Amino acid sequence: MPAGTLYRGREGMWSWVAHRVTGVLIFFFLFAHVLDTALVRVSPEAYDQTIDIYKNPFVNLLEYGLVAAILFHALNGLRIIAVDFWEKGPRYQKHMLWTVLAVWLILMAASLPRILEHTIKTIFGS
Amino acid sequence: MSATIENAPKIHGGGPSIESPRSKRSPRSTKTNFELYGWLFMRLSGILLVVLVLGHLLIQLVLDGGVSRIGFAFVAGRWSSPFWQSWDLIMLWLAELHGVNGLRTIINDYAERDQTRFWLKALLYTSALIVLFLGTLVIFTFDPNIGS
Repeated sequence: MPAGTLYRGREGMWSWVAHRVTGVLIFFFLFAHVLDTALVRVSPEAYDQTIDIYKNPFVNLLEYGLVAAILFHALNGLRIIAVDFWEKGPRYQKHMLWTVLAVWLILMAASLPRILEHTIKTIFGS
Repeated sequence: MSATIENAPKIHGGGPSIESPRSKRSPRSTKTNFELYGWLFMRLSGILLVVLVLGHLLIQLVLDGGVSRIGFAFVAGRWSSPFWQSWDLIMLWLAELHGVNGLRTIINDYAERDQTRFWLKALLYTSALIVLFLGTLVIFTFDPNIGS
């Protein structure tokens, strides 16, 4: 590849990449989640056994990862709407991305003890 | 004297033609506004999904013990209310259609062969029909006494 021809976007491009990756992850989870919820039509036991998987410490950690993906996709989605519909949006797209990441970090830190409460109690005793 | 312009290029029919500037746009590009509505739908459904999905996560994973209290009895309690049934139904449809349109865009971007695009989209739409049908059925036919 000739030098200088590879597009290296900065904040705009990487937020676009992250939006796609998180979107695909969330889509696949939704597929699995509708199937596991459908077990309420089979029997209470079948549903409860499957939901116990969600309470496994490792899967609980994956739930925290799912929340991370959804929160980023939601906040960055609002930023995209602002870029598209707010007249000053394109000019402030980078500022808005840093705001998105700051809010994301605060919400992730605040929700960590709650989302992982089940695991913390299981491993370290009640 | 005939009324020809001197030195004007002589045109002999045949070769590929260039449309005159004021001819109508080709019908292929103006058939529908589907992509415009798709673009708008992503933004409108996105705003609603921020509220619906973050509310769902707050209830299921964060508040009052989070995941540890989820089970059949918990679902039965929540779906005894038409409010939460409607919440989940709207969230299901918006999230699935939003996701399907997102993945359709991604397939269009990266799958180059017509055959690949066709089969990936066939798989995508089939999965969407399963999710929407099954999810809607479960919300509408939920029976809290199924075990007894």
